[in-house]
Amino acid sequence: MNTIKHDVVVIGGGPAGLAAAISARKNGCKDVLLIERDKRLGGILNQCIHDGFGLHTFKEALTGPEYAQRFIDEFSELGIESMLNTIVLSADGKRNLYASSRKNLTRIEAGSVILSMGCRERTAGAISLPGTRPAGIYTAGAAQNFINLQNIMVGKKVVILGSGDIGLIMARRMTLEGAKVEGVFEILPYPSGLARNIQQCLNDYDIPLSLSTSVIEIHGKERVTGVTVAQIDANYRPVSGTERLVPCDSILLSVGLIPENELTRGAGINMEGRTSGAAVDDTFMTSVPGIFSCGNVLHVHDLVDHVSSEASQVGEYAVRYLEGEIKSPDAYIKIEPRQGVRYVLPQKISGIRDFTLSLRVTEPMRDRAVWVRDGERKVARKKMARLHPAEMIRIKIKKEKLNDAKVLEVAVE
Amino acid sequence: MKKQYDVLIIGAGVVGNAIARELSRYKINAAVVEKDLDVSTGTSSRNSGVIHSGIHYKPGTLRARLNVRGNALMTDLCRDLKVKIQYIGKLTVAQDDIDVETLHSLKQQGEANGVPGLEILDKDQMQKIQPGVGGIRALHSPTTGIICPYGLTIALAENAQANGVDFYLGNEVNNIVSNGQGFTVKTSAGESLSASVVVNAAGLYSDHIARMVGISDYSIYPCRGEYLILDKRLEGSLNVLVYPAPRKGGAGLGIHLTNTVDGNILIGPSNEYVNEADDYACTAQIIDTLKKEGHELLPGLSTSDFIRNFSGLRPKQTPPEIKGFKDFVIESRDDVPGFINLVGIESPGLTCSPAIGLMVRDMVAEKIPLEEKPSFISERPGIVGFFNELRPEEQADLVAKDPDYGEIVCRCEQVTKKEVLDAIQNPLGAKTIGAIKYRSRAMMGRCQGGFCLPRIVQILQKDFGYRPEDYLLSNAGSQLFTGRVR
Repeated sequence: MNTIKHDVVVIGGGPAGLAAAISARKNGCKDVLLIERDKRLGGILNQCIHDGFGLHTFKEALTGPEYAQRFIDEFSELGIESMLNTIVLSADGKRNLYASSRKNLTRIEAGSVILSMGCRERTAGAISLPGTRPAGIYTAGAAQNFINLQNIMVGKKVVILGSGDIGLIMARRMTLEGAKVEGVFEILPYPSGLARNIQQCLNDYDIPLSLSTSVIEIHGKERVTGVTVAQIDANYRPVSGTERLVPCDSILLSVGLIPENELTRGAGINMEGRTSGAAVDDTFMTSVPGIFSCGNVLHVHDLVDHVSSEASQVGEYAVRYLEGEIKSPDAYIKIEPRQGVRYVLPQKISGIRDFTLSLRVTEPMRDRAVWVRDGERKVARKKMARLHPAEMIRIKIKKEKLNDAKVLEVAVE
Repeated sequence: MKKQYDVLIIGAGVVGNAIARELSRYKINAAVVEKDLDVSTGTSSRNSGVIHSGIHYKPGTLRARLNVRGNALMTDLCRDLKVKIQYIGKLTVAQDDIDVETLHSLKQQGEANGVPGLEILDKDQMQKIQPGVGGIRALHSPTTGIICPYGLTIALAENAQANGVDFYLGNEVNNIVSNGQGFTVKTSAGESLSASVVVNAAGLYSDHIARMVGISDYSIYPCRGEYLILDKRLEGSLNVLVYPAPRKGGAGLGIHLTNTVDGNILIGPSNEYVNEADDYACTAQIIDTLKKEGHELLPGLSTSDFIRNFSGLRPKQTPPEIKGFKDFVIESRDDVPGFINLVGIESPGLTCSPAIGLMVRDMVAEKIPLEEKPSFISERPGIVGFFNELRPEEQADLVAKDPDYGEIVCRCEQVTKKEVLDAIQNPLGAKTIGAIKYRSRAMMGRCQGGFCLPRIVQILQKDFGYRPEDYLLSNAGSQLFTGRVR
């Protein structure tokens, strides 16, 4: 079998992989290989033809393909090697990969590996929707692929279940293509997507958003003919008497994203239940030395700008690892989510370098502060007027603040 | 196709196809007529996929006899047709002394039926076979196996077709006229087919078909079983099948975990009579029950491990107020000469299917002389299983031979473009997305087609000239798309 060796191997050529590869190259590694399963770089950004990307990174509102192109251009200018139309079938704990393409099956020995495979959408099966299984049920991202990349319409009378950002974007997109969006139904008492998308994609187009409401049954034998929706109580049970039938020919699901960690698990890497991604330290290194993770495969981000900046750091760490500068410390400082915090990342830190804490809150809150504490001692505090689970919170922490902490606790107070 | 046949089989489920494949050994003209656009769309694809040993049925009944014989025939059949089968064995578990008595009578009954290797195990012996299993005693039946039920059905159909059987898919039988010498069968697609022998293997609709020739002795009561499919992450949680000892009043074999040959685990089935023979809806209440049972039976289960739910219908002859089982009806009718009638082939119909094939062959032989044809090919081409089950070296060889093996279309199940193309160009012809799914396993993984459906749509458009309106999920009317963007 064909076997090759590379210093840094990046799996996935979306925004995370591109930024990581570019950063690895810029940090001095001349032997970077990026593997992408699609025929072009850019990942899911290629089907995100709406604007709003890059407000932080480039201070302008770009479309998905435009945002990706800036990185692809830089990637090409730096002469970084890539394998397109190639999928990594498996990885092991010794950084050996098997990749498949039309040309051959290749074994790749990597000095360090950056996992940047992105995420996938939660499906109808995963949320066990009662009712029939007719044609016309799509995840919002699959519908986006059909409409934006293949010019095919998935429906004319649409119900959107879940208020994730892709669902909101697709509510607008379907409307622009002449479909009638009957409503967006969200089981939670607050929307899952960003506030700006609620405004620009729903309110601006008079598309109703129903909170604490969900689809409780799908109707139709061959093609969807409608859904029953009902109000949902605090225990996630339908409130009897509130059921109503909404006729429609299609259902788009925007009910959550799940990091795509098949390769990660296969390599025996320790996972973190709260993020569904790998557990990582302050260099984004996983439990397997030399394997790093970044972007949506590590934790689902709110903005692509944050993906790019996280991945840039990881590209550097992957190179430092090769230079022998990154080793697992004797003892880690653990970071644990407490009151009001759904997850924190990294889950553990060495304490020898500054780092950025990423976290999400459990529910919408106003006028609170995120506290990072070592026992009683304040390590960091960030006051915020508005906290929302849809938005990632990032807090920079200096190593000098850590002292000899054993555990850092992060809470909203 | 010929339109004039010696034998016409109605229904392309596992029973109809097993009969068709058996008859394809002989110098006769046979055809299968099916209302749906693919084979194996009803009960045959919607079940646990278990090859039963034959302990559950009264000695002397058709079910007992055909089960034990079918089980024994399955090994060679699966080898020839390249269908995955694993005789993993089953533990029927007793929780109390009454259950233990049940085990002893099951063992006795099984032995009377000719089931080999039955043993009552104590706790230690049970733990050796399945660590952590509960219960005080278990009946071990080593000949219980698992199989891909639609894989077998499709393989039987393809082999039958390769040996000369015609398939009329998308042809619902509208009426059957008997003229004393034979039959004329008219279908929804406008076909008019004649045959000297008609075999009713219509499963859930077998009562309806029988009535078309004036046999009104039978009624089918569809009894729904819902299942949840678990993520392959849990593969290896079960070494054997584990069933509770049957208790009085139960209509099925109880909710349990079943491993599949493809590595998923099933939870189910439930047991609930419904009014329509195509009511495959899943219900909130049963989904909740199955999830609860699942968490109890598999403590490591997480909510994200449920990847899909589905239901199947048992064609029961016993109405809701009676429940229980009635023996299969497999009869050559004197009042309607040439009509071979199969009614109520529910569990263990899958296991029985090869034996039913032989039994119906003998019935046909009484009507038409059967002479073996030397050109019969018992084997089906291809490989057993899928690309993702091979070792890297074997995968590399396949990719070197055919680049379509190197292109992964479905990421979750790692299904290659070659396998998708084979499914599209299968001998019976893929008319639906479902046909591609059931043959290739694309869209069956944890993302349920989120990744690969757009790619498969693209392949069909580029290589096969599909227009947006051409894509069907399963049956007529199940269009995937409403047109082009504006």
